[in-house]
Amino acid sequence: MSQAHQALQELGEYLRAALPQDILSVEVAKGELALVAQRSAIVKVLTFLRDDANCQFKQLMDVCGVDFPSREQRFEVVYNLLSLKQNQRIRVKVCTDESTPVPSVCGVFSSANWFERETWDMFGIPFADHPDLRRILTDYGFEGHPLRKDFPLSGYVELRYDDEQKRVVYEPVKLTQEFRGFDFLSPWEGYAGPLPGDEKAEGKK
Amino acid sequence: MAEAQLNTYSLNFGPQHPAAHGVLRLVVELSGETIERADPHIGLLHRGTEKLIENKTYAQALPYFDRLDYCAPMAEEHVFALATEKLLGIDVPRRAQFIRVLYAEISRLLSHILNVTSAALDLGAMTPLLWLFEEREILMEFYERVCGARMHANYFRPGGVVYDMPAGLAEDIGKWVDRFPSMLDDMETLLTENRIFKQRTVDIGIVSREQALDHGFAGPVLRASGVPWDLRKAQPYDVYGEMDFDIPIGKHGDCYDRYLVRVEEMRQSLRIIRQCLDKMPEGPVRVQDRKIMAPPRAEMKKSMEGLIHHFKLFSEGFHVPAGETYCAVEAPKGEFAVYLIADGTNKPYRCKIRSPGYVHLSAMDMLTRGHMLADIPAVIGSIDIVFGEIDR
Repeated sequence: MSQAHQALQELGEYLRAALPQDILSVEVAKGELALVAQRSAIVKVLTFLRDDANCQFKQLMDVCGVDFPSREQRFEVVYNLLSLKQNQRIRVKVCTDESTPVPSVCGVFSSANWFERETWDMFGIPFADHPDLRRILTDYGFEGHPLRKDFPLSGYVELRYDDEQKRVVYEPVKLTQEFRGFDFLSPWEGYAGPLPGDEKAEGKK
Repeated sequence: MAEAQLNTYSLNFGPQHPAAHGVLRLVVELSGETIERADPHIGLLHRGTEKLIENKTYAQALPYFDRLDYCAPMAEEHVFALATEKLLGIDVPRRAQFIRVLYAEISRLLSHILNVTSAALDLGAMTPLLWLFEEREILMEFYERVCGARMHANYFRPGGVVYDMPAGLAEDIGKWVDRFPSMLDDMETLLTENRIFKQRTVDIGIVSREQALDHGFAGPVLRASGVPWDLRKAQPYDVYGEMDFDIPIGKHGDCYDRYLVRVEEMRQSLRIIRQCLDKMPEGPVRVQDRKIMAPPRAEMKKSMEGLIHHFKLFSEGFHVPAGETYCAVEAPKGEFAVYLIADGTNKPYRCKIRSPGYVHLSAMDMLTRGHMLADIPAVIGSIDIVFGEIDR
């Protein structure tokens, strides 16, 4: 493969050797290096990535959550780092669930502050030792975590200005037309379950 | 017991303030006129873009990107198109790559013109805005001529661009590129050495190199702090690798340097546009794979297969193989990126949008602490925030 791919592979091997207990897996796919780290060691891993002479990942560009409801630990927190010196990117992931806090990395990178607030707001992933874990994008007094897969697209409440009460009131969402989620997946390619009528063929046997 | 003496008071700046560049609510704690703490409250423009994208096909998701940073719509489309192409594993025809670079640079001009002149307006200089918005309108006409919309273009698509450029457009852009530097010179005579402008911006909101890296800054704000980093050079995408241009950097990292970097970037953008126009080859502007981009309309009318492809693409959409990517471009405001996870269906599983303005605004407290209240508009103007992309 290309030189960049080679370099990422070497970096992955190097990290695995340097932090054997903390890094669970290393993978290079599509020219991007991704590692899965131990949740309790995330601060240590990111500090190492920032300060080690061979890594120099001085910038934390993005932190986000991902929801996989079918997994036992349903959330992934993904950290994307950038090294200006090596001109490389790296992705670090940790797994967690609704009740297990992830150690905050605000002490390592200041940019993590708002990213972690957003992840808390959108997914409800708690961060331990965060200096200011408030909601950030949703409304004041909002309930629920909208980017979870079990949160409906339309939400639960809608608001309007009430002329009699002279204030904004919140009400449950009322849709005049039922919400239509079109599933265009072709039955020949995407759909794996039983097709209507299949039960007749099954029944005869 | 002695009464505690509080010398500070809080002030609510915004959300309806002309210098807030949108719906920023800034709660500032002041001691006299000195800022002790600044706490931005954002989310007033939150539309749930990421959630919506998870419920749409890839083609339907693209127009949402126009509505993020509405000052430079095509720069945002660019990153989604690149990320999807990377997951699909397709290469875009060369002419499409040139057109994309050309329009990405026009977007940069759109954004920088808006930012530089409106930041000057916040500081009391009205003329630059009046002069350069006329030029901005011409750039929007270039948008309109290529895709039919002034702002919400939906022009870059995974697999190329949707239409080829109409005849005569390249010549008109060329003529404009020759004319525009004199307009920039005129604007600079009003601002660059202007005593009031310098009093308001020099040594205001200084960001050191280390602070800029620690806070995850990118784009002009990072470069003004003296870090020579530009994704167009460092990790070139499309045909940026073939373009010859310079990266301006600042020395002090103050508001004035950020202004100077943006003005010089506009000049460099003109160079790139000129090179795109000169080097642009003939050829197709979209991939020929009919499973990804629809056939031309004429073919759809005649060929059964074309009709099927058309129908499938605009109902079901194309399927993207499972995988994930973090794909970034150098948008006018900094590193604009998407972290896209595909699960093999026709809809993205997760699409996290990393917007530069969000990161820059998060450092608002660091930027303004210890400054005067009147410096807030200067700082807000210089970090170039647009609420479409911050609140998403």
